[in-house]
Amino acid sequence: MEKMSRVTTALGSSAISGRTMFCHLDAPANAISVCRDATQVVVAGRNIFKIYGLEEEQFVEKLNLRVGRKPSLNFSCADVMWHQMEENLLATAATNGAVVTWNLGKPSRNKQDQLFTEHKRTVNKVCFHPTEVYMLLSGSQDGYMKCFDLRKKESVSTFSGQSESVRDVQFSMKDYFTFAASFENGNVQLWDIRRPDRYERMFTAHTGPVFCCDWHPDDRGWLATGGRDKMVKVWDMTTNRAKEIYCVQTIASVARVKWRPERKWHLATCSMMVDHNIYVWDIRRPFIPFATFEEHKDVTTGIVWRHQHDPYFLLSGSKDSTLYQHMFKDASRPVDRANPEGLCFGLFGDLAFAAKESLISGDANRKPYPGGDRRYPIFFFKKPDLTEQFAHVSSALSVFESSLESKRMDWFVKTARLYLLSGKSFAELCDHNAKVAKELNRPQVSTTWTMLRIMFSDPANLSTPGPNHIGKLGTLPLMNSFSMKEMGMGTESRLDRSKGESRQDNIHLELGNSLINNICPTAENEETEGSEGQAEYMFGDAELDDDDLYSMEHDNQAAEEQEYTLPQEAFPLRHEIMDNPLAPEHLQQDKADSPQASGNEAEVMCLTPIESFSLISISQPLFSPHLPAPFFCPVVREMLSHYAEQGDVQMAVSVLIVLGDRIRKEIDDLTQEHWYMSYIDLLQRFELWNVSNEVIKLSTCSAITCLNQTSTTLHVNCSNCKRPMSNRGWICDRCHQCASVCAVCHHVVKGLFVWCQGCSHGGHLEHVKNWLKSSSHCPAGCGHLCEYT
Amino acid sequence: DREGEKRLNGWEALGSRDPRSRGTAMEHISQEVMQRVESIGPIPATVPSPVATAGHPTSDLNDILARLLMLSKRCPFDDVRERCVWLLQNVQDFGVRIPRPLGNGPSRFIPEKEILQVSKVDPRTQSIFEDAFAALGRLDNISLVMGFHPQYLESFLRTQHYLLQMDGPLSLHYRHYIGIMAAARHQCSYLVNLHVNDFLQVGGDSKWLNGLDGAPQKLQALGELNKILAHRPWLLTKAHIEHLLKAEEHSWSLAELIHAVVLLTHYHSLASFTFGCGITPEIHSDGGHTFRPPSLSQYCVCDIANGNGHGHLEERRGNHQVSEVSGEVEVLMERMKQLQECRDEEEASQEEMATRFEREKTESMLVATAEDEECVPSRDVSRHFEDPSYGYKDFSRRGEHVPTFRVQDYSWEDHGYSLVNRLYPDVGQLLDEKFQMAYNLTYNTMAMHKDVDTTMLRRAIWNYIHCMFGIRYDDYDYGEINQLLDRSFKVYIKTMVCSPEKTTKRMYESFWRQFQHSEKVHVNLLLMEARMQAELLYALRAITRYMT
Repeated sequence: MEKMSRVTTALGSSAISGRTMFCHLDAPANAISVCRDATQVVVAGRNIFKIYGLEEEQFVEKLNLRVGRKPSLNFSCADVMWHQMEENLLATAATNGAVVTWNLGKPSRNKQDQLFTEHKRTVNKVCFHPTEVYMLLSGSQDGYMKCFDLRKKESVSTFSGQSESVRDVQFSMKDYFTFAASFENGNVQLWDIRRPDRYERMFTAHTGPVFCCDWHPDDRGWLATGGRDKMVKVWDMTTNRAKEIYCVQTIASVARVKWRPERKWHLATCSMMVDHNIYVWDIRRPFIPFATFEEHKDVTTGIVWRHQHDPYFLLSGSKDSTLYQHMFKDASRPVDRANPEGLCFGLFGDLAFAAKESLISGDANRKPYPGGDRRYPIFFFKKPDLTEQFAHVSSALSVFESSLESKRMDWFVKTARLYLLSGKSFAELCDHNAKVAKELNRPQVSTTWTMLRIMFSDPANLSTPGPNHIGKLGTLPLMNSFSMKEMGMGTESRLDRSKGESRQDNIHLELGNSLINNICPTAENEETEGSEGQAEYMFGDAELDDDDLYSMEHDNQAAEEQEYTLPQEAFPLRHEIMDNPLAPEHLQQDKADSPQASGNEAEVMCLTPIESFSLISISQPLFSPHLPAPFFCPVVREMLSHYAEQGDVQMAVSVLIVLGDRIRKEIDDLTQEHWYMSYIDLLQRFELWNVSNEVIKLSTCSAITCLNQTSTTLHVNCSNCKRPMSNRGWICDRCHQCASVCAVCHHVVKGLFVWCQGCSHGGHLEHVKNWLKSSSHCPAGCGHLCEYT
Repeated sequence: DREGEKRLNGWEALGSRDPRSRGTAMEHISQEVMQRVESIGPIPATVPSPVATAGHPTSDLNDILARLLMLSKRCPFDDVRERCVWLLQNVQDFGVRIPRPLGNGPSRFIPEKEILQVSKVDPRTQSIFEDAFAALGRLDNISLVMGFHPQYLESFLRTQHYLLQMDGPLSLHYRHYIGIMAAARHQCSYLVNLHVNDFLQVGGDSKWLNGLDGAPQKLQALGELNKILAHRPWLLTKAHIEHLLKAEEHSWSLAELIHAVVLLTHYHSLASFTFGCGITPEIHSDGGHTFRPPSLSQYCVCDIANGNGHGHLEERRGNHQVSEVSGEVEVLMERMKQLQECRDEEEASQEEMATRFEREKTESMLVATAEDEECVPSRDVSRHFEDPSYGYKDFSRRGEHVPTFRVQDYSWEDHGYSLVNRLYPDVGQLLDEKFQMAYNLTYNTMAMHKDVDTTMLRRAIWNYIHCMFGIRYDDYDYGEINQLLDRSFKVYIKTMVCSPEKTTKRMYESFWRQFQHSEKVHVNLLLMEARMQAELLYALRAITRYMT
């Protein structure tokens, strides 16, 4: 009989047939094993221990090994294995620590044969020797592996894992004496069955427990391991040191791993938690499973290939109390569903797009990317490997270069850098930002800022009649055009009116704002005395700068656009002139740009003809009552949404921050959060860390502000012992010395501390800077070539 | 307001490792205090009860003085302690009444001397204390008591710091509020006070503190989970989880829920520890100090009764008991040895007994007896259950029993860890380390005996606690528990784990009378961690079931 079945090992072409099928078990399965001739499968679990026959169309229950009214814990199996030589022989690992063998040839109902109770804790794994009939190996939670001779009553040798729990033991398929054991602490050990005193080799395979391991059925040196760290690793054991040759990252901890028969590169895995699918991986393609079986509704606990030479049948048991036979042809192939498309932005706004060739080739306009073949050789020239059964997808890569002008995001970066979001009065912020926008040639944004300032500045001090008697062109009838009742009018009138207000507000600001009180007196004086009020109060602020004079003088004669832009410009220029000698150039640029802008933007164009109103408007308060700031909120909200819709989320967020409480309640939190997130994301992409941080800090959404509380840990090494500082603070708990000592002056560093990530030495920023100017070696004398960039 | 802020900064600087900046901060504080004292003048002696009648300046000053008192006792830095004592003395010389600590050190059960000695002897403990002080500006009594076991304390503080301060799905005030909810479940006023302060400090809304009704609906929904987890975690089903996750706008995300569950279980078990070690209120909080002079009030009578005088009393009684119970430890060790040997000798018969035990247990479960009987089917244990102080009484009377939870089917290492780490990265790792630390901690001593393998005893304690929660290890012979844990110890464990608020000093004293305090604290750590893991296992299993 034994010989007979041995013959069938060489698989006849039609020896196995069947279909994808399943049967319900009475209880969740913990493990399954198949007999050598692939006709029966044993299912073991806490409350189940049965043998099923594998027939063409269905599973047929052959035998229930769980006998007795109240079966003992010996029947509660953590693992089961069917002997591959002796077809009546089974072994189970019981959760109570017993190793039990079962002889199906026994005439009695209870087939229990041998009982070994040497382990003190749960036995996680039993394994028969592939060729030796009577040799059984077990691995237990108590940290021991035991080798049993089934002809004897007790174990013949014990292997100690130094009190680390053993999760899996596997005899090597090829080396008669070798077995591998995997441990809860992440180690894998190789043992020689003849030498119980000490392992032959040990290496750390995973972080956290290694739940399973499996020898490659054909290749002598390969061992696959799976761990709680969600990895499957393939180790080449033929070299001196175990070498990791492949690694597959799965999405959940790996409970079982089994090489696929007759397929050198394939292995099947299932997970212990969360993920219920069985995956078959081609280890050379670690990113996407070769095939997936998705039938189970709960975690899969046992997988086994039905026959050791047939790659098409996979059996699996699960916590959902089902036993499945999966046909490989019915497996789902994630590759088919995967999008072989890729999209990526380059550093300079170039866009690379790879898509299936079939999709792109239809596009006649496509030009081959110049030099693409050389730049992406792997991408284009990966040789089809005949052993690889992956569907070969060839993609075409298109690179779209952005035209330097249109899509450049320079304006974004500059704006982000230059905008002021806090630290000054509201009006100043608006003015500053308006000026920034102006200089970046974004008149609409600039105008918006100005409008905002006008709308929301506090009109309380308006009663001063001082500035109101300018009225160069002041004619009463025109006043109507910016009476507040006509709010609903077109943008022109609104802008126009706001311009008028802006001037008043300049003054109020100065009158009311104590922060710039040095300016105040001048402004006041000149306002009351001078007849050309407008010019005066602007000069009052700018302290009579030449450029302002220049622009003011041209006010009447120069182009009308120039005049209209003047009020916004004159005010903020104050800063620019002080910092930046190039200011006049800006001015000229503006001049040159303005006509262009008015040509492009309807709004500006509309404004041009009525710019003359703007001067008149100064007398406006005499006639029209001031509207409370909340009046504008709906408009502003709409405006913000508009900007956000247009993709200029920068504007939306900046305004949101600057307006602060004035507008916050008008916009629902989710939208705000969304804007903030988008803006912060953009800022970070442009590596504008400081700005992004400022935005986070200034935001009022709790979801945003808490961003700053994340990832605040800084990992440093002690400069003395070079080991990571686990301590908070600056005392290394290993060498008990202060780690933040300056390597140059040997004093404790307070404040800015700079250190080399290579050798952990550092010190005062200035000291280290100076040192590295003259020397390229570390100041601590450790010989490291530090670099300060 | 700015004034107050400045002062606060001053306190924080005291945590610096640099003695000079500590000195500066201390200088600043003393100036501040003396200024206030001078402005008040030496009148307060006439004020009968400063706390009740005094206006703002005085009570404000009192807070500062209380804080100084705390620092003078608890600050891990010598210089700060000395300066605080000196400053308080100065204040007193000025005629202002200064507070004095109530009670007797960080724990009611353990003499203050013994606890504070630890940090002076062990540099590692000292360093951990300094870190904790620098991070929080205080060194709470729990940490002081845990200082007996620096390795564990480190892991504990790291985890707690991560849960409360570091990256996580929940906002800071939510975290503290959940801590308050959990501690309140066991009426642990110590933890509640601690976290009320923290809650307000991170900007929590004080309205929430009026009760769960005042909190957002989202937190209110958590109340049910809190209740079940604290008292009957085995009743937790996936329906509860679903309820929390599918509550429209008040719903929890899975990650938030995991965070909340970890916090709840952490604080339930910490409440157990707090009561189990008789942790006293912090000196600077209410009930930790008094301004009454010792000779005048009732307090001092109490104090004398509980304080120094008590120490003597206790010592005397202790001596008396030693003679009475000497040999307790030896008996225990003898039993451990016997169990070990007997197992080695007759494997098969042991296995047979285990089988019988299992059969007994299964049958007794069908008959629906008290849940603990299933775990330890001995009359000895079942007698405890009649104890009125017993939290589970009601359920057993109604015929409910704790269903068995097979740890082989859902264990922390295999399942719980993966789930937590998936949804709340790094916390799985931290908890794993903490559990292992607690489970494996040993000094190989038992009372006065050295080089003892205590594995068996620790395992018995751990499994006994899990067994109270219905968690069953297939590979454990529960008969061992009866051999190793005597009745008074079981009473203590049971009370501490199930209704910690009922723990009394007598219970603490009556178990393991010959053992050191540090060993009893060790036991408390085991209890705390085992309880936390048990609760977590139930909660995580419910979440896993929801997810599948």
